[in-house]
Amino acid sequence: MNKKLNTDPQSNDDVLRIEDLNIDFVTDAGAVPAVRGVDLSVKPGEILAIVGESGSGKSVTARTALGILAENGASHGAVYLKGKNMLTLHGSALRAARGRDVSMIFQEPSTALNPVYTVGWQIMEGIRAHTKVSKKEAKARAIEAMRQVGIPDPEQRVDYYPHQFSGGQKQRVVIASALALKPALIVADEPTTALDVTVQAEILALLRNLRDELGTAIVIITHNMGVVADIADRVIVMNHGQVVEQAPAVELFENPQDDYTKSLLAAVPHLGRNSASEGLSERPHSQAEVLVEAKGLRVHFPGRLGAPGFTAVNAVDLKIHAGEVYGLVGESGSGKTTIGRSIAGLNKITDGSLNVLGYEMAQFKERSFKPLRKQIGFVFQDPAASFNPHLTVGECVAEPLNVHRELNPSQTRAKVASLLEAVQLPGAYADRYPHELSGGQRQRASLGRALALEPKLLIADEPTSALDVSVQAKVLDLFRELQTELGFAALFVSHDLAVVDMLASWVGVLFRGSLIEEGLGSQVLSNPQNAYTQRLIASLPVPDPREQAERRKLIEELNRA
Amino acid sequence: MSIPSLASARKSWFARLPVVSHLRMSSGLQRGMLIAGLVLSVLFIVSALFAPLIAPFDFAQSSDMSGDFPRQSAPDDKFIWGTTVTGYDVFSRTMYGARTAIWVIIAAVLMSLFIGVLLGLISGYLGGWFDRIMVVLADAIYAFPSLLLAIVMSIVISQGQSSLWGGIMAAAISITVVFIPQYFRVVRAEVMRLKAEPFVESAQVIGSSPWRVMFTHLLRNATRTLPLIFTLNATEALLTLAGLGFLGFGIEPTAASEWGFDLNRAMSDATSGIWWTGLFPGLAIVLTVMGLTLVGESMNDLNDPRLRRFSRKKAQRITQAGVTR
Repeated sequence: MNKKLNTDPQSNDDVLRIEDLNIDFVTDAGAVPAVRGVDLSVKPGEILAIVGESGSGKSVTARTALGILAENGASHGAVYLKGKNMLTLHGSALRAARGRDVSMIFQEPSTALNPVYTVGWQIMEGIRAHTKVSKKEAKARAIEAMRQVGIPDPEQRVDYYPHQFSGGQKQRVVIASALALKPALIVADEPTTALDVTVQAEILALLRNLRDELGTAIVIITHNMGVVADIADRVIVMNHGQVVEQAPAVELFENPQDDYTKSLLAAVPHLGRNSASEGLSERPHSQAEVLVEAKGLRVHFPGRLGAPGFTAVNAVDLKIHAGEVYGLVGESGSGKTTIGRSIAGLNKITDGSLNVLGYEMAQFKERSFKPLRKQIGFVFQDPAASFNPHLTVGECVAEPLNVHRELNPSQTRAKVASLLEAVQLPGAYADRYPHELSGGQRQRASLGRALALEPKLLIADEPTSALDVSVQAKVLDLFRELQTELGFAALFVSHDLAVVDMLASWVGVLFRGSLIEEGLGSQVLSNPQNAYTQRLIASLPVPDPREQAERRKLIEELNRA
Repeated sequence: MSIPSLASARKSWFARLPVVSHLRMSSGLQRGMLIAGLVLSVLFIVSALFAPLIAPFDFAQSSDMSGDFPRQSAPDDKFIWGTTVTGYDVFSRTMYGARTAIWVIIAAVLMSLFIGVLLGLISGYLGGWFDRIMVVLADAIYAFPSLLLAIVMSIVISQGQSSLWGGIMAAAISITVVFIPQYFRVVRAEVMRLKAEPFVESAQVIGSSPWRVMFTHLLRNATRTLPLIFTLNATEALLTLAGLGFLGFGIEPTAASEWGFDLNRAMSDATSGIWWTGLFPGLAIVLTVMGLTLVGESMNDLNDPRLRRFSRKKAQRITQAGVTR
């Protein structure tokens, strides 16, 4: 194999070169193929994005660059990192390559750092494992790495513990420790997925700068086409363990060749396209009955033993009319989910007034609220966790009917069948267990359950954020169809502006518990008034490299201002 | 969790039974440990079930047609494991001892299981003052050395001495009191965790009553780890019973045979070189505890895919068999 590498003149300067990689995972049910015949190469200073939906093998492929393979995995082929085959390296040779030649950035910065050591210690650990330097020297290098990733006052903050940093800064620290030894290649596995869009924009800018300044090659694994458009030079699209297409970023977005790539790109929601409020000039349904009305709503979670509490929602006024889809957007911790849960009676409100279907939630009593629950449906974020794993899908969907004793058993069965049909699931799925369905199917069943009692109001809490884009597109279409058909009012909570814009005509933007802007979706998103909304919208990467390059300039201006 | 969703989703009920399914998915050293545990456990159960057939004499028999049995006689053809100071046959008593042990284990574990799970479920879900009182009570019971508590209980229940069933129930109830907090704790913790899961909340927003949430949605999800605690606690129940017997709070030797009591009687023999009276009941305790522990620990490891290991041979076989889908 090594001969082949040396005889190929073009490959000599490749940092990473994967040849005919096959990986199988051994499970109780037999071997499961994860990667099939993957060839790829990364040049110095190149940013390569590997995109694909969950289970496409993108992470498994990229992790072999560090010689990481799950214990039950079996691999064939070759992964050359600077000419060394990482699949056959062992022990000290493998350890020597990790960190010095290649390093990794993980998805969740809060779990990638050890909470009981200072960040400086963690950065120094990598440095001292590879080079014989004094503690002082290592610390100086750690401070230098932290300065490079843009952490202010690195001299002081090198002695801080991870919990003293925000999520974005923690990811910067993770990047700093990946950079400490100036490796030739960094593998970033979904580095921004756990972060808010505004922070995501900063981290992507940082990665781009590092490449420009240090010439580090970066392999970025992501499912977000916006991120790809923002940062990648070249893109590899994977599906079912195979590379289906590989092209420079601009070319891939403008002229995709493979059918799978085309469908993937078509499914990505694009801000400003397909807006629900297109062509509207005033709020629809504003004459209809008001189902939910919040006045000065405040929700406060008390802290533990003397620690200060947290005000999740502060002085929010909003109205949801019958038949209207209200979109609530905001970043994590903005209080959007808390508002949805308060309306469903899952949270107690602290102050102000929240009137739901004529019931004042300030005087909430489960017993008196129970009759109203029939008229409120709720769709949860994670379809995998929102079904009782021991009940069949049919039983889960029938649960609201059984609880409210609406129908006799045969009528219930008929109703369940018609509900499953309404959400486009085969009737036979009623006898399956939730884990036997895919994520998208489960979320459709969840929608069916929420609509079982024909509610007037549906609360959807990030219903598609756990799904792959192509599945998300189908679920969103279904949601839109059902809403038009049945005419229920909905509170649609999401962090994804493009998704909210597709479904909701009236949009509210939350920032740290306050509703800072409200208006027609198309107006708020195209002409935001509030400075935060402007930054939020500018930070959202669009799946189009050319357009994204212009937006990037805009956000740089906004950040300077 | 996701593994059964592949080809194995629909298997016969037999292949899905707890121990059988574990045996099928094990390999290498883990399989060896499981099988060793199963062999020892089966040996224990068989000797309990068929003690009257296996044992040549009754457990409290000290004479037959040919007259009184010799006392403290070394193992020979007639008394293969020798006789005790009171002339009982050690082999027969050891076999019958399994019987007593199994009854106590079943009674104790079942009682503590039902009460502990019920209390844990209610306490964990409803919370409030009931939960606080239950936790304090459970902690108080934890704070006692379990054997001391069992002694106190056996005195309270049977005034320290009794017949076969009285003795068994006294031992079982004293063990139950010690074990309830364990089941309570495990189920309560699991329920507290599950309470925040979306599927419980989705039952709440539908308007399900607390009882429905507890018994339809929480019970089966919260009790998945119980087969493991069951096997592990069975060993502890056995040890507590033996401890009680050893200290003289067990069952009268004429009412039933009990390993701990026999060990107690064998103490003075040991110094005079009579090894057989202590060795065999002691071995019975050790092997039974080891067997049950091995089964419990293996099941625990096999249930968690991260702890499950494929032997090189089995991994090879699976890769060669290729894709099943």
